[in-house]
Amino acid sequence: MLSIADLHVYYGGIHAVKGISLDIAKGQIVTLVGANGAGKSSTVRAVSGLVKSCTGSITYEGHGNILGKAPEEIVRTGIALSPEGRRILPHLTVEENLQLGAYIRNDTQGIAKDKEWVYSLFPRLKERAWQAGGTLSGGEQQMLAVGRALMSNPDIVMLDEPSLGLAPKLVNEIFAIIKHINSLGKTILLIEQNAFAALSIAHKAYILETGTVVLEGTGQELLHNPEVKKAYLGG
Amino acid sequence: MNNSAMHRAYTLCAVVLLFAILFYAENNLDTYSIQILNLVAINAILAVSLNLIYGFTGMFSLGHAGFMAIGAYVCTVLILTPEQKESMWILEAIHPWLANLSLPFLLAVVVGGIAASLVGLIIAIPVLRLGGDYLGIATLGFAEIIRVVITNAAPFTNGSLGIKGIPQYANLWCNYGWLVVTVYVIVRLLRSNVGNVFKAIRDDEIAARTMGVNTFYYRVLSFCVGAFFAGVGGALTAALISTIDPKMFTFMLTFNILMIVVAGGLGSITGSIVGSIIITFMLEWLRIVENPISLGDFEIPGIPGMRMVIFSVMLMCIILFRREGLLGMREFSWDALARFVKNPVRFFSRASRSTSGASGK
Repeated sequence: MLSIADLHVYYGGIHAVKGISLDIAKGQIVTLVGANGAGKSSTVRAVSGLVKSCTGSITYEGHGNILGKAPEEIVRTGIALSPEGRRILPHLTVEENLQLGAYIRNDTQGIAKDKEWVYSLFPRLKERAWQAGGTLSGGEQQMLAVGRALMSNPDIVMLDEPSLGLAPKLVNEIFAIIKHINSLGKTILLIEQNAFAALSIAHKAYILETGTVVLEGTGQELLHNPEVKKAYLGG
Repeated sequence: MNNSAMHRAYTLCAVVLLFAILFYAENNLDTYSIQILNLVAINAILAVSLNLIYGFTGMFSLGHAGFMAIGAYVCTVLILTPEQKESMWILEAIHPWLANLSLPFLLAVVVGGIAASLVGLIIAIPVLRLGGDYLGIATLGFAEIIRVVITNAAPFTNGSLGIKGIPQYANLWCNYGWLVVTVYVIVRLLRSNVGNVFKAIRDDEIAARTMGVNTFYYRVLSFCVGAFFAGVGGALTAALISTIDPKMFTFMLTFNILMIVVAGGLGSITGSIVGSIIITFMLEWLRIVENPISLGDFEIPGIPGMRMVIFSVMLMCIILFRREGLLGMREFSWDALARFVKNPVRFFSRASRSTSGASGK
């Protein structure tokens, strides 16, 4: 569905991603696992069009090579990003944040239906619907970031570190929800440092180190791979 | 009647009350006081329009004086009589296109606003790609360019001689009428989805883009709407004080409006209005410190410019102790007023709590 070939990303003099190739099949959960600076976020940022200096190709079924398109065009092709650091709009309410998530859509009824769906996924957000985004706790903000990405009714949802800074109980909750969203037919590209949780739910996984893919396989394969165990799963 | 319909009715009553007060003022106050009331309205129009650009969309623009100049000149040239134009353009004859052109005042104000907005559009396309302080410097430069062009385009503007004897059409009714229109249009804009997009761009442009917002388009939109009302404000200024020249529209003018916006609260329309009332009145009232004062045996000589010193000190106090401005991002609402009337003490304790909550992201 989405295939990235020989992607390079540069920030000034820094060569952050050095020729990554990945394939994301429809309906799968694909995860990119790796330490800080491995190039995970840079990869999704390149897919969303947020980084300008990149080479290679990102081929998206039905849209050709989408590399070099502006972020606002990419969303319209059906790829949504829940960005790193949540990026909630602090002065808008939860409701308004979600409404803006559906910015590219015009079907009022569909938007209302999806909003109810997001509220049913995250009942906490419904309780706080009229509260400013900036007053939410970290976990609630993360839920809002995921919910907001879903509001554009995407085919592919890219989640950049959805478990970052969350309490362990919430982490499990978020991963259960990601699985649920996937079961409804959405393709998911998941970026995680929490390798165990990510590999457990992933159909396919890539391990990144300093800008290159060092290992790939199904989630279960990598979960039992001795090298992965040693490096990411604590032995 | 549901809540929002009731609030609309209240707002309508408030506007009627405002005009009743104006009617009283017109018949009972001296011309000096009326002039101050007029300045309050014009400053409020300018402050609200700058707040749209800076406070709500997050674009640090210092070009307001330039837009005002365009509004003022376009409107003036359109309302002067052909005889006035002929006698006033002495160094260079007026351009034949303009010599006999004459429009009714209201239309001339609108044309002034549109002209300012168009220039805003031309400036916006190269300049709005910049962000932060760079945008401030670029817009400041453009405002100065506009001023220099006006100084040198003598066939259209009478150059550095300026224009005198502009008919004083901008009375209380006209100025407050435009204030009501400005506030209505901008509040409606901000309450719509477009307003949320503006705020999203201000708070996090990347987040806005990942949601599919063409941020450049909306920044240009906000800039042009702001420029339109700045042009209107400039046109009203010209028709209020009856004389304009290029030296009026320097950076100091932008600074005064910026001061109102920052003191009132970036991102609060109510703040801009309250700020323009307080600061316009203070600017006049503080003139007493520039006159000689005698305290018993002491005789303090008048010091010209002293009120600006006091003003600077006040501004510094606001920046030090209340950085978000008088109202922060809060707005007037009938619900809040009802809460205040019911229980003032609780109202203020809640208000202070909600600010501390909003500042801790």
